[in-house]
Amino acid sequence: MNVGFDFINNKLIIRIDGDIDHHTCDEIRSKIDNEIMRRNPKDIIFDMKNVNFMDSSGIGVIIGRYKLVMAKSGVAAMINVKPQIQRVYDICGLKKIIPIYENEIQAVKNI
Amino acid sequence: MRIDNEMRLEFLSKSQNESFARSVVAAFIAQLDPTIDELADVKTAVSEAVTNAIIHGYECQSGHISIVSKIMGRTVEIEIFDQGKGIENIDLARQPLYTSKPELERSGMGFTVMETFMDHVEVVSQPGMGTTIRLTKTFKSM
Repeated sequence: MNVGFDFINNKLIIRIDGDIDHHTCDEIRSKIDNEIMRRNPKDIIFDMKNVNFMDSSGIGVIIGRYKLVMAKSGVAAMINVKPQIQRVYDICGLKKIIPIYENEIQAVKNI
Repeated sequence: MRIDNEMRLEFLSKSQNESFARSVVAAFIAQLDPTIDELADVKTAVSEAVTNAIIHGYECQSGHISIVSKIMGRTVEIEIFDQGKGIENIDLARQPLYTSKPELERSGMGFTVMETFMDHVEVVSQPGMGTTIRLTKTFKSM
């Protein structure tokens, strides 16, 4: 499971590559948490461009990371979200806490 | 209802089999030509049920999970069986946001996702005997 990172304007862009389910979520979680510890970003942006599948295990990972940055007054956002992931996102009520932007430029500009 | 096709699958309760299980079910039901959204709905629901069997049914210990899927006209029925610890209180387990394992950072939305993406979700469980989840969905696309 490859998770890439970029750091722009004190925001950590998290680029996940592959399915997010119970099997992959431990590795994704630990890679993101290591990077958050190392970089100490204010905000985080999940780039879902290369994620074709996510179930509720992924929601747990996203909410967990949201709580990490929220504790330091940061925010979390998602970009490049595909329809299957959007459906899971909608059902789980993530809309209230983690906005979706069309792309990275929009997200970096607005959060 | 007349059964047009049926498949059975059995695998160990290993988390790497979650993607295997949802992909096999998706490949089986693809013969009904569902839309991409309908196919994604079923894959997601199966992933939730198999994950529940691994985490809660077997509590990450080794066990067998079986899937039986039937096609009846434009309807698919998918049964996911485990012989794990079973569910004490099914109504509570189905509540949105409820998780019996908060320490694992679970969202508690597994059953809600299944209920939203499928037409019917039936849960049969007895403590100590295991759990069967029966998912049913009729494809509207032709």
